[in-house]
Amino acid sequence: MFDFLSDYDNPTLLGAFWMTVKLTFFSGIGSLIWGTLLAAMRVSPVPLMRGFGTAYVNIVRNIPLTVIIIFTSLGLADTFRVTMGSDDFKVQGFRLAILGLATYTAAFVCEAIRSGINTVPLGQAEAARAIGLTFSQNLRLVILPQAFRSVIGPLANVLIALTKNTTVAAAIGVAEAAYLMKTMIENEAAVLLIGAIFAFGFVVLTLPTGLILGWLSKRLAVKR
Amino acid sequence: MTSVLYDAPGPRAKRRNVLISVAFFALLALLAWFIWYKLDEKNQWAWALWKPFTQSEAWTTYLLPGLGNTLKAAALAMVIALPLGAVFGIARLSDHRWVRLPAAWVVEFFRAIPVLLLMLFANEFYNRYTGVSSEQRPLYAVVTGLVLYNASVLAEVVRAGILALPKGQTEAAMAVGLRKGQTMRSILLPQAVTAMLPAIVSQLVVIVKDTALGGVMIGFTELLNARQTMAAFYATVIPSFIVVSIIYIVLNFMLTSFASWLEQRLRRSKKSTGAVLSAEDMEELNPAAVGGSFGTGGEGGGLPGSRTYT
Repeated sequence: MFDFLSDYDNPTLLGAFWMTVKLTFFSGIGSLIWGTLLAAMRVSPVPLMRGFGTAYVNIVRNIPLTVIIIFTSLGLADTFRVTMGSDDFKVQGFRLAILGLATYTAAFVCEAIRSGINTVPLGQAEAARAIGLTFSQNLRLVILPQAFRSVIGPLANVLIALTKNTTVAAAIGVAEAAYLMKTMIENEAAVLLIGAIFAFGFVVLTLPTGLILGWLSKRLAVKR
Repeated sequence: MTSVLYDAPGPRAKRRNVLISVAFFALLALLAWFIWYKLDEKNQWAWALWKPFTQSEAWTTYLLPGLGNTLKAAALAMVIALPLGAVFGIARLSDHRWVRLPAAWVVEFFRAIPVLLLMLFANEFYNRYTGVSSEQRPLYAVVTGLVLYNASVLAEVVRAGILALPKGQTEAAMAVGLRKGQTMRSILLPQAVTAMLPAIVSQLVVIVKDTALGGVMIGFTELLNARQTMAAFYATVIPSFIVVSIIYIVLNFMLTSFASWLEQRLRRSKKSTGAVLSAEDMEELNPAAVGGSFGTGGEGGGLPGSRTYT
């Protein structure tokens, strides 16, 4: 029943899902860094920075991820010759996909972090200032510890969405799960079985993430 | 403006803010110049590349039909997914375990799978097992994929919408002797639908964005696919990307603004119980949802009662 799986070695089934994991990992790191910077801008006291952060988030969130991913390939790579430090077409596609995914996901990371900061009641910071804590003490001892806890839940959602969004990389030929599924399902007779295998793969990837991080965010939630 | 992070700026902080503003402005200007320079270097500002967009032919032949298909698929998906989602959402609230659990499994299963996989599968499924013509198949596949995913997200929205209603509503209905079905039909659902409206409109944004997947992966002739045909005809790659992105941004921004307008209107309304599912609540149910408005920092956090279901 599963014989046909051994016909595919570029990539293999596990290799394709490993590529999905790698895409998720690297674009997750990238979007976390860029998203945190954006969130810092959006809550900063400087109006121009706030404006830039808001504009970035509103523009990027309203463009389909597919448009961004295709643009990295047809626009950045083909027109502007952005090679991402590699001549190998495959490596280049992989890195471009990470760039596109991180650009897009950063907007959601930014919103998750900002909403986490917003859940800290104003009274907390006012009380901290009233007892004479400096800005950095206030941030370090009062606000960030509370904000981080309430950010875990929303960030977990973003991570799950990112895992699913990596399938869009198939559009520029990155050999991940959706790419392999497209090849397989067009060439094999067992349509239902192939659908089930790949669905199962994604359930395995996303469900534990959701359960563990959901449990963690509940456990660490600040009781108010 | 004060926020949780900092106080209203004094004279020193104001001076510092001006300095940071100037430095940041310089940085942005540098970035803008760099992009302009790079585009200029590749001769992307040539009028020949932009001219097609000023002529009606490009719009009537490529972009508008593409946009039409995008909207068609999105509307169809929403219209089919909404009742389906309502059924599953209500089923998840059932008192009977044998109704509640299977509904929960189905919803969680489809929420865990990427839309692209559902589309690819539906496409091949229609190809092998049904007589859908090959011109119609991409539309069918795209709508099927979108319906399966969004119905399960909307099921969560419906469930959250019902749970967000004050408990007194159910209790009052029970006190006047309504049955469970009657309570749901004539008390809870009508109010929940109102509370859900903003969330449903924001979900429409997600659907519009996801139609683009069908354009690239299964050849559905929507906006992004039309861009490709058009770019090949006029040899205008970068400008076509910019124009198509702007169309998406304007369309989705209108939907988002409409959602937040609805939300504010519902919150102000004296008739309702004040329970509203905002775009922000949607992000917990479906992280791909687009919410928020062009406000800064201060907004967020609805009525205390509106988030109790989390």
